Amino acid sequence: MLVPWINQLLQGILLGGLYTLFATGLSLSAGVMRFVNIAHGDFIVLVCFALLVLTTALGFNPAVATLIVLPFAFLLGFGLQRFLLQRVVGENVLLPILMTFGLSIIIQNGLLEGFGANTRKLSGGWLETATVALGQGINVGLFQVLTFITAVALVAVLDLLLYRTGIGAKIRAVSDDVAAADLIGLSSSRIYAVAMGISFVTVGIAAGFMSVWTNFDPASGPTRLLIAFEVVVLGGLGSLWGSLAGGIVLGVAQSIGGQWDIAWQTLAGHIIFLVVLAVRPQGLFPRYG
Amino acid sequence: MMRAASRLSLILARVAFASAVAALAAAPLLLNQNYVVLLTEFMSMLVLAIMWNLLAGYADIVTVGQHAFVGVGAYAFFGFTALRGFDPYLSIPLAGLVALAIAVPAMVLVFRLRTAYLAIGTWVVAEVLMLAAGKLDAFGGGSGSSLPISIVLSFGRARGDRLAVIYWLAFALAAAAMLAAYLLLRSRIGVGLTAMRDNEEGAAAVGVNITYARILCFLGTAPFLGMVGAIITLQKLRIAPSASFSITDWSVFIIFNVVIGGIGSFEGPIIGTMVYFVLRQYLSGLGPVHLILLGSFSIFTILVERRGLWGLVRRMLGDDLLPIAHKPSPAFRANALPE
Repeated sequence: MLVPWINQLLQGILLGGLYTLFATGLSLSAGVMRFVNIAHGDFIVLVCFALLVLTTALGFNPAVATLIVLPFAFLLGFGLQRFLLQRVVGENVLLPILMTFGLSIIIQNGLLEGFGANTRKLSGGWLETATVALGQGINVGLFQVLTFITAVALVAVLDLLLYRTGIGAKIRAVSDDVAAADLIGLSSSRIYAVAMGISFVTVGIAAGFMSVWTNFDPASGPTRLLIAFEVVVLGGLGSLWGSLAGGIVLGVAQSIGGQWDIAWQTLAGHIIFLVVLAVRPQGLFPRYG
Repeated sequence: MMRAASRLSLILARVAFASAVAALAAAPLLLNQNYVVLLTEFMSMLVLAIMWNLLAGYADIVTVGQHAFVGVGAYAFFGFTALRGFDPYLSIPLAGLVALAIAVPAMVLVFRLRTAYLAIGTWVVAEVLMLAAGKLDAFGGGSGSSLPISIVLSFGRARGDRLAVIYWLAFALAAAAMLAAYLLLRSRIGVGLTAMRDNEEGAAAVGVNITYARILCFLGTAPFLGMVGAIITLQKLRIAPSASFSITDWSVFIIFNVVIGGIGSFEGPIIGTMVYFVLRQYLSGLGPVHLILLGSFSIFTILVERRGLWGLVRRMLGDDLLPIAHKPSPAFRANALPE
């Protein structure tokens, strides 16, 4: 009687790994640049389609395709920030929201025009079907476990990058005070662009795992954005380890909600988010206690 | 001093505006049914644009969840008329009240967030309301329900009469929305809102009660959105979660229209909605490209002229179409430093 629930709990925790991958890039750009990229989910889906082309047309394995895509994702984020978003960052909070909102609609409809509305998925081969038996009839997917490990590793690497490296110190300096950073000779626009590039590398990684884990279509972006956003707010704004906790909370909520009644899966996630927002708006692990 | 030529063009523009309003009031008597249907849709979109502009352009509340209250209004209207048998005309303002009632807890939640977080927060609320609407069996669950024919007929037995009545309802709502926005912006609170639009911290420093103004705007727009939902239901004759809570129709297009027309101005939403309907005649056949073009136009607008098309026109006219701003007296101007 208890076994299905424990099973769902485990599946939910693993799903939280995927959700953490969605959220790290958003957490980084929100924490550093203090703005939320509304097109975040659509960029994840855009990379998924790029992977689709690489795997189907050119015959790459999804893992190799993801590695090929990452440098381009960095350049995309860098260029986007440097040449478009930088023009509207800082002075007015309204403009970046509207601009990334415009980008979101352009990406969705561009993909719709180019690929049609069909749902797609990448095949992960043997890895996708391999399972790990935990006894009591509980099995977890190897791919899901791998996703979760990647999420933990990504959060750890980003945490080290931000708090233990030179570029991390620069990013934090610009994040704390743009004017002061510019004054001591840091080029804030360049550092913003690097931060956005790093954020887009995480978008690429998220896309690699998502394209094998779930179906996607040109309109999948907003759902991913909402998940990433809820994870970031649940975990506490700007807290990377908080994102992992937020991801797990959301994954478990959806998984348990779905076990209770499949129609409640998505709604259960949103409701947990709203409840936490009501009772603990600073999130579970706020960066500034 | 304003140049004589620009004063003349300003007077002409105001006369044109007044004549347009008069012509629109008489539209069902002058135009064929297809145009009346189109104009009804125009009025609904206009109300949505005015409300979104009031929030995003003045009160610093960028919502991406405006469609929530349109959907709530549509469902409430269906509930009052089809399920409870209320008077259909009375049900329209009641739908507005239900939207207001839902707006209160929604506001308490999303106002815990700021700027872009608030924007996505409103989106989550809209998503929750849409999913919840799909769980209401009495309303047809996920696939929705058609409005019973008897309710439709109570607005006029002949199709022409009915379309005219629905148009006038939409026209009256648009007129009320415009009047409300005008009076609000001319009022003490409106001056505070305009100050907030230009500089939020500065406005707070000189004593503008920002929280009060934001609450007033958020709650003030909800009934209008709900009533638009009721009118849209009368036009479409059915409710469904995905259509009544359509983010594309009631949020995405609206945001683009206001940005292109001119955010943070009274005239912007009007111009943006007009441009949208003109463009739609040519672009709607293009499918997804239509939205790609609108998105590109709006990003272009943000980069080139933030005050939108109205910002460009206003440079030529030298003043607002409707006198929203309080002008300093000539004596004050003479003493003021040059800009």
